[in-house]
Formats: sequence, C-alpha cells, structure tokens
Amino acid sequence: MKVTLSWLREFAPDIDGDPVALGEILSALGLAVEEIEIIGDVVEGVVLARVLDLRPHPDADKIQLVDVDDGNGTPLQVCCGAFNMAVGDLIPFATIGTVMPNGMEIAQRELRGQRSNGMCCSGAEIGFGEDAEGILVLNDRVIEGAELGMALGDALGIENDVLWDLEVNANRPDAMSVAGVARDLSAALGVPFSFPVHETNRSDESVTDLLDVEIVDPTLCGRFVATVLRNVTVSQSPAWMQNRLIQLGMRPINSVVDISNYVMLELGQPNHTFDLATVPNGRLQVRRAAEGETLVTLDDAERTLSSVDGVITDETDTVVSLAGVMGGASTEISESTTDVLLEMAWWDPPSISRTVKRLNLPSEASTRFRRGCDWGDNIDRAMARFIQLAEEQGMVAVTGQVDVPGDVPDRTPVRVRPAKVNGLLGTALSADDMAGHLTSIGFGAEIVDGDLDVTIPTWRWDTATETDIAEEVARMFGYANIVRTVPKGEAAGGLTEYQQARRLVREVLAGAGCDETLPMPFLAPGDLQNAGLPEDGVTLTNPLHAEESVLRTSLLPGQLKAIAYNQSHREPGTRLFEIDHVYRPAAEGELLPDEREYLAVALAGEEAPAAVAVLDLLERALALPNVRLQSDRAPGLHPTRTAEVVIAGRPRGYVGEVDPTVLENYGVEGRVAWIELDLGELLNGPLGSRKYTPVSKFPSSDIDLAFEVPDDVAASAVELSLRKGGGALLQTVELFDVYRGDGVAEGSRSLAYRLRFQATDRTLTDAEVAEARQSCIDQAAKKANAALRG
Amino acid sequence: MIEELEQTAADASARLAEVTDLDSLATLDAEFLGKKSALTLAKKQLGGLEPDDRKAAGKALNEIRGRIEADIAEARQRLTADARAEQLEAERLDLTEKRDEIKRGSLHLVTQSRDRLEDVFVGMGFTIAEGPEVESAWYNFEALNIPEWHPARGSFDTIFVNLGEPEQVMLRSHTSPVQIRTMENTEPPIYIVAPGRTFRTDTADATHLPAFNQIEGLVIDKGITMGDLAGTIDEFVRKFFGGEVKTRLRPSYFPFTEPSAEFDISRPDGSWLELGGCGMVHPNVLRNCGIDPDVWQGFAFGFGIDRLAVMRYQLDDIRELVNNDVRFLRQF
Repeated sequence: MKVTLSWLREFAPDIDGDPVALGEILSALGLAVEEIEIIGDVVEGVVLARVLDLRPHPDADKIQLVDVDDGNGTPLQVCCGAFNMAVGDLIPFATIGTVMPNGMEIAQRELRGQRSNGMCCSGAEIGFGEDAEGILVLNDRVIEGAELGMALGDALGIENDVLWDLEVNANRPDAMSVAGVARDLSAALGVPFSFPVHETNRSDESVTDLLDVEIVDPTLCGRFVATVLRNVTVSQSPAWMQNRLIQLGMRPINSVVDISNYVMLELGQPNHTFDLATVPNGRLQVRRAAEGETLVTLDDAERTLSSVDGVITDETDTVVSLAGVMGGASTEISESTTDVLLEMAWWDPPSISRTVKRLNLPSEASTRFRRGCDWGDNIDRAMARFIQLAEEQGMVAVTGQVDVPGDVPDRTPVRVRPAKVNGLLGTALSADDMAGHLTSIGFGAEIVDGDLDVTIPTWRWDTATETDIAEEVARMFGYANIVRTVPKGEAAGGLTEYQQARRLVREVLAGAGCDETLPMPFLAPGDLQNAGLPEDGVTLTNPLHAEESVLRTSLLPGQLKAIAYNQSHREPGTRLFEIDHVYRPAAEGELLPDEREYLAVALAGEEAPAAVAVLDLLERALALPNVRLQSDRAPGLHPTRTAEVVIAGRPRGYVGEVDPTVLENYGVEGRVAWIELDLGELLNGPLGSRKYTPVSKFPSSDIDLAFEVPDDVAASAVELSLRKGGGALLQTVELFDVYRGDGVAEGSRSLAYRLRFQATDRTLTDAEVAEARQSCIDQAAKKANAALRG
Repeated sequence: MIEELEQTAADASARLAEVTDLDSLATLDAEFLGKKSALTLAKKQLGGLEPDDRKAAGKALNEIRGRIEADIAEARQRLTADARAEQLEAERLDLTEKRDEIKRGSLHLVTQSRDRLEDVFVGMGFTIAEGPEVESAWYNFEALNIPEWHPARGSFDTIFVNLGEPEQVMLRSHTSPVQIRTMENTEPPIYIVAPGRTFRTDTADATHLPAFNQIEGLVIDKGITMGDLAGTIDEFVRKFFGGEVKTRLRPSYFPFTEPSAEFDISRPDGSWLELGGCGMVHPNVLRNCGIDPDVWQGFAFGFGIDRLAVMRYQLDDIRELVNNDVRFLRQF
C-alpha cells in the first residue's frame, strides 16, 4: 500500500516531519516502509512540449521523426522509438543537457543520418508511474495556464510530496487505505485525526423507487448498500485525481472507474458499478452460486462457478457479478452508459478467499475483502465520497440508498485482563494506559472492576480476542519500549546422542578426505531408473521444472551427478559424502512418505575395498557392534563387488561399488566405491559399548599362518574360524597378505594371517601357544575350508 | 720403566688425537691397552719388584692407564659424534616437497553454519529438534492457525506432492511443523531450536533456491513474556554476531504468533537488516497441541541459515551451496 503525505494530511493535517523519521514511525507501527520516494523532484530539464509533426524515418522502421515545440517557437527534430502520440499532443520533453534518473545525459545525436535534439519521455523514464510503453501523453493533465517550455512539475501542478510504500500485513485491512494509515500515524504522533465531511446534492428521485436488493445468503454478505447515479458521462478524470492514482500505482481508466479506485484507495472500501440499464427493474439478489453455473466476467472469460462462490443475480436469477471478486461483462458500464447502479458491500472474507484462490483472480478489491473490510460507517462515508466526486464530474445521485443487512461479526465488548496483557508482554501498564493506547486508534475501552471492556472497531475484522487486543496495546506502546529479559527457566541444553554421533560421523568422514555435499533432494524423471533403482519416488504436484519433479529415494543419483559435475571440471578423483533425507514410498495406511536420514560415501576412481576401509573407520569411531559384510546384490550396485552391511544382526545398507552401467548412464568415468547406510536406523539401533580390558603385563607371541582358501569362502569366515580356534588367548588377527597365482590352486587364494597370542595373568608356555595354533588351524579347516600352506 | 711408559702414553695421546675412524681406534685400543701392550707387559713385571717399589710403580702404571683410557673414550665420543653428524647431514630433506598424501575433507558450509547456530543455542539452554520435510496440511498449516481459506497460505508458495487428497501433503514451507510435533509429544517446559530444510516454489537464481535451510526456536514455559522473546533474540545475536550488534523488533503478522514481530539486526553503518520473524505463540496453536494457554506461554522465532552463510562469506550466488563443486566445498 502506497500513501502520500498530502493525502494523509487530508485526515490529519498536523502530520509533519522528516520523511525518514516518519517512515521509522510507520515501521514501528507494523507498517514496514519498503521505499520512500520524494515526489515533485521532477527531472530538471524536462519541459512541457507539443508534437508538431510526425513522419517516418527514411532509413529506419522502428523509429520515427517527431518535430516538437519546446517553447522556443522553432520546431526541434527528434528521433523517437514510440508511436503512440498524435500531432498536437502535449508530452514531457527532455532537452539537451538533461541528466535522466538512470544517469543518461541527453545529447544531440544522429540516428541513421537524422538529427535528434532531445528525447520524448515515457512515464517510467521520468518517474511518473511505471508505464514504460510509449510516450506519456499529458493533454488533459496539465493545469490551466500551462505553457510550452514550462518545467514539467509546474505544468502539471505537482506539489512537493512524500510517498511511502508500505508492506501491510494480512491482519491490517484498515491499513489498506490512506485514511487507515493516517489513523495509525496520527495516534503515534499524538495529532488529531478526523474524516472530512463531504456534502452532496441529491436529486429528488428516491432510490427506493429504483432499486430492490435481497440478501438470500446472509453468511455471505454482511451488508449491501446501493444507490443510483444519473447523468453519467464516461470521460477522463481530472489531472489531480489521475496524478494520485498514478502515484499509488494505479492506471487512470475513465472518470467512473477512477472515482471507484480513488475511493477504494482513500477509504479502503471497494465498490462496484453496474450499468443500470442492464439490471431489469433494478432488482438484485445475493446468494451462493449453484455448482456449474457460469458467468462471463469483465475480462471476457467465462467462469464456471462452484457453490462456495458468492454471486449477485438479477431478477431473472441470472448471475451478473462474482461478489467481491469481479463484475460481469453483461452489466459493465460503457461509453453509452447514462445511469449507474453503485454498490458497496461487506463480503465474508473466507468466502472471497476461496473464490479468489479457486479461480486465481486476485485484485485490489478482493485483496481488501479477503482481509476484511469495514461493515460500519465507512461504507456510508465511501458512498458519500463517491457521490461527491461524481457530482464534480456532473453526475447526479438520487436520494437515499438501499441498505440491506446480513450477518456481521459479533462486536460485543471483549473482557481484557490487564494482568494477562502485562504477563504476555512483560510490561507493567495500568488499565488506564492500555485504554489510552486502544482509544487512540478507535477502539472502545471501558474500565470495569479493574478489567477493560474493549469494543473492537468494525474496521478490524481480524481482531477478536484478548491476545489480539494485547498486540494492539504492544504496538501502540512500542515494541522498542518493552524491557528485555531472558527466560528464568533452568533448561539444560544439549545435543541428543544421535545428533552427537552424526557430528562424529561427519568428522570421521572429513578426516578420511571426503568433502560433504548437499544436493537438493529433487530428481528428474528417469534419474532413479538410470541409477538402477525402482521408479517409486514421490512426485511433486507443482514442480518448477520437470528436472526437479521427483523426490529421491536414495542418495545415489545426487552423488553420481556431483561426481560427474566435478569430473567435467577436471576433478576426477573426488571423495564425497552426504547425510540427508530420502523419501521412500509411504507405508500402507500412512499419508506421509517413509522419510529417512541416509549416509552415502562416494569415492570416485576407487574400488570397493576403499569403501570398506572407510566403513572400518566408522565402525571404530562409533564402536559399532558385530559388523558383518554379506556378499549380496543391490539395485544400482556392482553385482560382484557389493556386500550388505549387517550390524548386530540388522541390515543397515550396502558397501561396494556402483554398477558400471549406472556409471555410464550418469557419464561418470572410472569406478566409484560406494557406501549407503540408513543412518537413522543405524544410530538409533543398538550401538556397541566400549569396555575396559586391562593391558597384559606379560609378553605376547606372534604366529604367522597362511591358508589356501577357495574363492567362495569369505575372508571374514576364515577370520571368524581363527577367532573361534584361538579363544581367549587370541588377541588380534591381522590379514597381511592375499596372493593368487603359482603354488595356489585355481579358484583359491592364499590368505596370510598374523595371530597374536597373549594371556593377562601369565607368560604363555611354548606348549600353550602350540596348542592354540593347532586349534586355529583345525577350526579354519573345519569352518572355512582353509588348508594350511606348507 | 715408568719413564718409557710415560713416553708411550704421550705417544698414545698424540695418535688418538689424530684417529679418524672407529676401526683404527680399535687397533690403537689393542696396541696401548691390549694383552701385548707395553702397559700390560709392565704390569706383569711388577711382581718382581720390592713391595715398596711395587706399590709406587703400580700406582704410576694405573695412573698412566687411566690417562690412555680417557684419551680413547674422548676419541670414541668424537668419532661417534662425527659419524652421527655425517649421517644426519646425509638425511637432509626438503620439507616443501610435500605431496598432500593425507587429505582432509570439508564439512559443507551449511553444516558448519548450522552447527555454529546449534552450539550457541545449546549454550543458551536449548535442545535441537528435527522433523520430516514432507508434511501434512495439519502440521504445515492448520495446527499453526492457518485455516484452508487463509490469505497467508498463498504467501507460502507451497510445493505440494502427489500423495493423499490434493494439497494435503507438501514439502514443508517452514520449520514450524517441528514446533507442533514437539508440543504434541513433549510436556512443557520446552526449549528447542529446529534447524532444517524448507521449500518454496522459487526458481533457483543468485539469491533464491527452491530448497533452503531455516532454524526455528520455540520456548514454552510458565510466565514467558514478549520481553523474554526480545531478550533471547538479543542474547543470541550478541553471542553469534558479536556484542556490538543491536536488535530491534517491529510489529508484523504471522497467523501462529500474537503479538508478532520481524526482528532486525544493526549493520556497522547503523542501518538495519531484517533477519527473521518471531512472536508469542498464538493461544490457538497451544490449544491445537493440547497445551493450556492459561497455564503456559511461549515464544517462537525463525530465520534463514543459508542467508547467514551467504552474508558471512559474501557469496555472490546462493546456488554454490547446492552445486557440490569441490572447488567451492574445499574453501571452508
């Protein structure tokens, strides 16, 4: 919502001060200032000029030659890219030497062999609104006595003014008007606020003979007021009105539409005009639409209506307007209109919201209705203002107005406990203080037994409860005046064990040389299939791009994209990791997807054992209990180089390599070693505990054993058998050599282990070590088909 | 005899001073102190002397032997030191010939920022709560006092997913659903912050991403006031940004808080930067979570994590955060 100082002063003449300081006050009231503009700073050197002649440029199609008179009496030739003006038009003209707001200096130039001695300006070029299409034609906007060559500001009668562009929150319908902003600001400044009284001269004709309105659904319409204007001529509105509309960001259209918009901006009351001739017998009804009913709206689109939409119908029960949202084409005023039915109503905000959303039809009017307009005196005030402005244009209003009531919000006074308000705000205001703050912005406040009975004004639809009223007290008291404290609670902060372990995982992986990545969780259709995964990702209803329309079910696609991206930037061997959410299809009977936190490690250019080595780091860092790798196949992973990671008997994910076909699909060069674990399950599941074992003070004995083991027996099985054989005396088992080739049978390999034997209470005898050694050999043969090599 | 031995000792001293390797030293050791050395032979002859002479000669012999032994020890020490020095010289390395064999990875800038924020809040007595990113309309809107018709719904630019009835399941448009989940499952007092990813239908450009990170705080306790809200934000800002940075609250509107405010922090030039939104938890929100608003009160606040990282490191394009270019990742 934009407001100007001069317009605010029509309600509070004493508003004054530095524009920035006033802006700070508006912001502190909750009307955040987004921009301050000083109006009247018309660009120096821009003058009023007249178009004398228009002719084509001999060597260019997109520009024409214009002769203008800038007051010197001699025609000046200008090359101009706009074609919207006619001979005789008055236009803003930037003379040679003018520095435009964008920094460009106007100089004499030649365009394709033709002189250009200045520039004809669009509105946007000189800060008159946002219209950059065509030259700003000023014919009816200049003041009486304006002369060619006059500085533009003088020619238009623009006085110095200040414009604030305010961000108005959804709970402030009142501040969607100049008057509403003036009410708040004058209260904050402690200066008087009042509505000017506008006298009208009605004709003798009575409205009751002309109009007959019925509200069929009172839940839709709280109040419907209408009257008739005769002697209507649709023409241009006066320059001062057009200027204000442009300043506040609206386009002048014609005298009737401009008055309608002017009244809406000034008082916040949207209004609608029907061509009375198109409303048989002046009869209107207000009801909900029937499902499937249709209406051709003002924009000539046929709308199919639903039973939530409010409509206005004529006496034939034909829909003629979409209540509060958009009028119908059949009753629109036109050049030939002579009599207008003027309507101002209060519409139920949720109803308007639903219709606007369903039909995607936002407008200045519906934005105000959605927030809740004023159903009280403001409607009468807006009627009077409309009629007074119309009278200035020669229109005549009949006497009286039809005024049909519907359901309006309850305004029984709300009991407000000052102690509760102070307890919420942390203030120590008296009931009197609070009453003062509230009455300054039009609330009623009466002290009853120490409490306040607060009457909420009709212009604050969104305000209804004690807490709402506390907010108003805080706003007017000033948020900055609230004394700052900190909660007195003695809560102990901290990370959960899960969160601590997750941080440890990140540190371990960074220590292993892995860079943390955080791709967005969106995939393109086909990404999952290309990664060898089922195409069961949840899809977005309203994606921005098709490439971001599927939610990932695995971290694999994102990591492969990251590797491919880095490879294409000459970083072939990246080690990456990611801890993030995946979204698996919803479980039976569940609304939301099965969302989990996964861990992925991707080692580009490395083979599966590198991934196992990283997994070992995690195993040690987290003290994971009983980690087993079970050779397995998994979607998207290398069929012979993948193992399921089983921790304490529970499957937690996979380690290995990515399937070469998948790598090819993603344009990844070389191998990729891969870990993907369900981190949530893993960290929430049983974790190992660390137990102290006294360090033995007695010497240890190392024994090296090499076995020939068939390829289909896992080394982990051999190790398991050795541990079983060695029992409590076997301290460590280290695989120190793997060999295939001469001396080892085809289909087998040699695995060489170093076993360390040690007791905590004695030095082992040779006989004890020999016995343990033999037991290891026996178990390896029995459990792992491992033959001791000679 | 003694005189001859004195001569031998002098001779030994001179030759030991010039010895240059340990082998020669061993030869000299044998020559002067060995079984066939003059000194040993002389000692054997002592038995033939008169007791008094024998005593004097023995003393003299021992004294001479001691001197030769000292000379040998000195020579050995010198040679050992020389040999070590030579070896050390031979081991000289150019330590700038490094090959970065141990690489350390980087934690993502968002993770680092999030951890830092979490640590500050943990220090202020908060715990960290988390929740799902795909949410139902109840958690994302309705429980937060944003009914289906509410104009504020449109302002969230929600990304919906194809689950359930239309517009019933969505990518959460703020971290506030975690407030609801926490209040539903926890008895007050509650002191949490909830960091996490949120979503809007924003096309990715230099300053926007459709998926970005926020952190949200929630305090529910007895007697919590708006003064506590302002003070908590002030304390956080001082701890996170430094003591000179000031804060201010401006009235604003969120359906789930009342009173509501935007909070700004001061820039060095005295201007204000809008950081986030906050307010006193709306009684309807408390009621929706089964908490009696006449007993408990609280506040909530929230702001962007990515934005802080962008500000702190003056990134000129927020998309760097999701590109996963290692040339970017490794800078932090």
